[in-house]
Amino acid sequence: MKIAVCVKQVPEGTKRLDPATKRLDRSGEGALNPFDANAVEEGLRVKERSGDGEVVVLTMGPPAAADAIRKALAMGADRAVHVADDNIAGSDLLATSRVLAAALAREEPELVLFGQQSSDSDGAVLWAAVAERLERPVISQVAELTVDGRKVRGKRQTEYGYDVIEAPLPAVIAVSDAVNEPRYPSLKGIMGAKKKPQEHLSLGDLGLDAAQAGEGGSATTVLALSEPPPRGESRRIEGDGAVAEIVAFLEEKRLV
Amino acid sequence: MARRGLVRPPTPAPERPRARGPVRPSDWPPPFSPDEVIAPPTDPPEERIDVGVAIVGAGPAGLACAIRLGQLLEEHPAVAERLGEVPVAVLEKGKQPGSHLLSGAVVNPRAFQRLFRGRKRTDELPFSRRVDHESVYFLTRSRALRIPTPPTMKNHGNYVASLSELGRWLAEEAEAAGTTILPETAAHRLLVDGARVVGVRTGDRGRGRDGSPLANFEPGSDILARATVLAEGTLGHLSGAALHRFGLGGENPQVWALGVKEVWRVAKPLDRVIHTMGWPLRSSAQLREFGGSFVYPLGDDLVSLGLVVGLDYRDSALSVHDLLQELKTHHLIRGILRGGERLEWGAKTIPEGGFLSLPRRLHAPGLLITGDAAGLVNVPALKGIHYAMESGRLAAEAVFEALRPGRTTWTPGALAGYDRALQDSFVWSDLQRVRNMRQAFGRGFWMGGALAGMMTASRGMLPPGNARTEPDAEQRLIRTDRARRYPRPDGKLTFDKLSSVFSSGNKTRDDQPSHIRVRRRVPIRLAEMWVRMCPAQVYELGEGHGDGTVDVQVTPSNCVQCGAITAKGGRLTMPEGGSGPEYTRT
Amino acid sequence: MSVLVFLEHHGGQLEKGPLGVLTKAATLGDADLAGVLVGAGVRELASEAGKFGAAKVFVWDDQSLEAPLPQPRVDALAALVEQHSFQTILFAGSVLATDVAAGLAARLEAGLNWDLVDLVAQDGELVGKRPALQDTVYADVGWTSTPRLALFRSGAFDAAASGGGEPEVEEFSAEPRTFSTAATMVEQAHEESSGPALDEADVIVAGGRGLGAPEKFTLVEELAKALGGAVGATRAVVDAGWYPYAHQIGQTGKTVSPKLYVAVGISGAIQHKVGMQGSNVIVSINKDSNAPIFEYSDLAVVGDLHEIVPKLTELVRQKKGN
Repeated sequence: MKIAVCVKQVPEGTKRLDPATKRLDRSGEGALNPFDANAVEEGLRVKERSGDGEVVVLTMGPPAAADAIRKALAMGADRAVHVADDNIAGSDLLATSRVLAAALAREEPELVLFGQQSSDSDGAVLWAAVAERLERPVISQVAELTVDGRKVRGKRQTEYGYDVIEAPLPAVIAVSDAVNEPRYPSLKGIMGAKKKPQEHLSLGDLGLDAAQAGEGGSATTVLALSEPPPRGESRRIEGDGAVAEIVAFLEEKRLV
Repeated sequence: MARRGLVRPPTPAPERPRARGPVRPSDWPPPFSPDEVIAPPTDPPEERIDVGVAIVGAGPAGLACAIRLGQLLEEHPAVAERLGEVPVAVLEKGKQPGSHLLSGAVVNPRAFQRLFRGRKRTDELPFSRRVDHESVYFLTRSRALRIPTPPTMKNHGNYVASLSELGRWLAEEAEAAGTTILPETAAHRLLVDGARVVGVRTGDRGRGRDGSPLANFEPGSDILARATVLAEGTLGHLSGAALHRFGLGGENPQVWALGVKEVWRVAKPLDRVIHTMGWPLRSSAQLREFGGSFVYPLGDDLVSLGLVVGLDYRDSALSVHDLLQELKTHHLIRGILRGGERLEWGAKTIPEGGFLSLPRRLHAPGLLITGDAAGLVNVPALKGIHYAMESGRLAAEAVFEALRPGRTTWTPGALAGYDRALQDSFVWSDLQRVRNMRQAFGRGFWMGGALAGMMTASRGMLPPGNARTEPDAEQRLIRTDRARRYPRPDGKLTFDKLSSVFSSGNKTRDDQPSHIRVRRRVPIRLAEMWVRMCPAQVYELGEGHGDGTVDVQVTPSNCVQCGAITAKGGRLTMPEGGSGPEYTRT
Repeated sequence: MSVLVFLEHHGGQLEKGPLGVLTKAATLGDADLAGVLVGAGVRELASEAGKFGAAKVFVWDDQSLEAPLPQPRVDALAALVEQHSFQTILFAGSVLATDVAAGLAARLEAGLNWDLVDLVAQDGELVGKRPALQDTVYADVGWTSTPRLALFRSGAFDAAASGGGEPEVEEFSAEPRTFSTAATMVEQAHEESSGPALDEADVIVAGGRGLGAPEKFTLVEELAKALGGAVGATRAVVDAGWYPYAHQIGQTGKTVSPKLYVAVGISGAIQHKVGMQGSNVIVSINKDSNAPIFEYSDLAVVGDLHEIVPKLTELVRQKKGN
């Protein structure tokens, strides 16, 4: 079974928005998006449980986005595909899902895995868009995953408790951070990562042109950055009437 | 023949040290023995990992060593063949190279030029900008008196740089030269086979607070190497144990200073390198407050500033972090930071003993010690980076020679070429020239200043002889009300310790065993000293016992691994790899 | 500007989140404000939406749509958009809505902005407002084409009945794609008996070192139960073994953004703050009037938590009629 895990490189250290481009400053060091580590781990477990298969790690980003891949390979992924093209910068959900879907279509995996969200844009939207483009069923927020022959079953957490949803393979699954505890790469894993196959693709290799990615391929834009509005007046109370005042406050806010 | 330079035995701690009365941190030693850290390999042979040369620490010393080895191995494939699939491995305990690197820094490019042998132009080196102007000030609370720059501190021809960025750049060069870098990998134990050093054991990952393995427990591994180069930096974990085990200690014990620094984005570019002395440190000899501050332009809109204070200070109320906050309220500094915002914070110790505290030997069979771990820092010139790199480069050459066909790294003198080369180098002559500078300042700023002037003028000939130093942990503690003057953090110019720890990028996993070894019940004055000393608020006062002692509460996940506790009565050991700060511009 | 709001239902009622979005959309001044409701047995719920501003509600009521699965709903909305040319489609944040909005964006090749906390008309254009970088910065975001899709942060708007009349209810259906119905619901969620999970809870009551002893956590638990919320803990108390790590909120624990966060005996260092600063309303109780948490609380209660919390719990119970 071929398992494709989509991973993202996110900036290390304190994240900054570049006021000029209004985009995340990705110029510094990067690391594997922590939530994607869960997805890589789950992919490895599915492969280990089924006894055979291949875990391919896929990422798109500037050429320097290699650290995320390296960590995934060190954990045990078999190979990596890196869509590296300068025109990718500034891609929104539409453009990103378009590029990823093209790369995934090229691989034709049975199972596509995503992590819960990306720590840099807090988005939980990518997989549903990719599933749509691939025309595959999608199950998100999966806290427990079982793959059984040609079916996949996900136990997912919603506002109301846990659903159990089943879908036939090929399918797209987004795992939540509750699904597993990612393994630490072993030293042998770290040392062996360099030798594993890493493919670098351009947009052209995917049959896409520059206008379909980056800002040109996006339909949303960041207009301005500003300070968040202050929380508003903080009300301070003390003394005997405090409890009644608290409840009055909560009632006023319709929280009780 | 009496051996000069025998390891000075520590002053024996009294049987039951008094909880009241004069308190010395050394009377309350931590539950730690260097022997814990040195042992034979334990993994079965088929699980051991073999590398050619293991370098511990991806700092300037370790990476210069790796780069030089890469150059030599490329020119001599016969030697490379002997080293197997992974000829050079660098172990780094931080998240990645640079995560644990911190300095001012003003760098002498000399070592870079020697390392890259003219193959890189200066503008290709990862420096921020050249030092064109510099000023030294003596501060009082309200004034800044310009004083002539001491000759030892002149920085013409040097460059301002972020050591963390330098580390990342050097790491890329090392990888390009064939090095395997192992990030998030702590070297936990030095592996020996009799008297030979045969490698290092890495630390376990995935243990819970009580030590039991968690679901993703990954045990450490024995890494076997023909040569192990320790480049751990200040207060190196394995280096300290090795110096002890192999009897390598120098004439004077090593002493340290603690530096706390911040990186700011500023509204008005700073046009020069600034050093200050005096306020907020006090000049009385009794207090032993030796140090000063630096303010460096790190690019057009960035400034790096910090305060460095010797850890032989006596006042338990002294907090270098809070003194740095106080320093920022001085009109000279406030003006530089006006309209700016703090981007990063960090802390690290610096070895200050200089030439006379250098170990008498820096090699043993299969082992070399380089950089700050060896104490190669020129305190009056505030320089250590180029010495670290040069020592790493020379270590590489010595290792390479011992790896030639027909030779070995294991015999007692096999790596002695390193010490000889170091002694013939500018590292040695520079350090020797300023050997008594720091010790002079142990007698207070004014007396020290006069002695320093005498030393400089005579190029190290006067005063004759060698001054002694005492270990930092043997200083008797006193207590003043200094803490009352620390500014209350306003979150804009001055900051508290916890938000500073946050600003270092520290996201240490909480559920792991504590890596801090201290006595958990000590006299209150000692506990107070630790509470103030630690820039990361690792220690807090716990329950008092009514007999003058108090419990010490420890929050290990705050730790930024500066090392100060090791100098002052405790012991920092290595937490899980990847823990600690994630410096990017320090 | 024609606006369509994705309505949701649960337990025989319309969900408050989308009604809040409807309320907000009504203020944007559009007479063609419509809602869409897809599910089984939802027909009779449609008229409720009129009170919150919907002039029209599109309904697709079918047994096959009982399970709240996203992909058939993408088909439904896509069909509606194609027929009626909606320019703006709004979603309230939920597990279901997130998947529907993203799938629909890809289907229509339309821009989606998410995690919005507000939407305004600026110079004739719609502009969304969203926090970023753990709520430390605000971004104004826009769309460069229509239709525009917007997904709001859960709880961004209160539902307020504006007294609108009966909406026009129009039934519709759509042809689902093959892959849309491939996923099936094996077991649908039911209310957790032990209270909401921390991540999804609307109310969280969290305890810190100010509690003094591990036994005192019962105060926190009782208040959480009375408010119908989940229990959280700071790193300090988890470190000390007073409460399990699964409840830790902060930089090295969970990040939460409930409607109400009650901090009991918590000083509020930044390591904790980054885990809960996105909460709508923050109430903190601490006896130290200089506690940093007061600087970012909406209601700062200076006092002894051991006195205040039990009385507060009792009063809340009374108010809720328990």
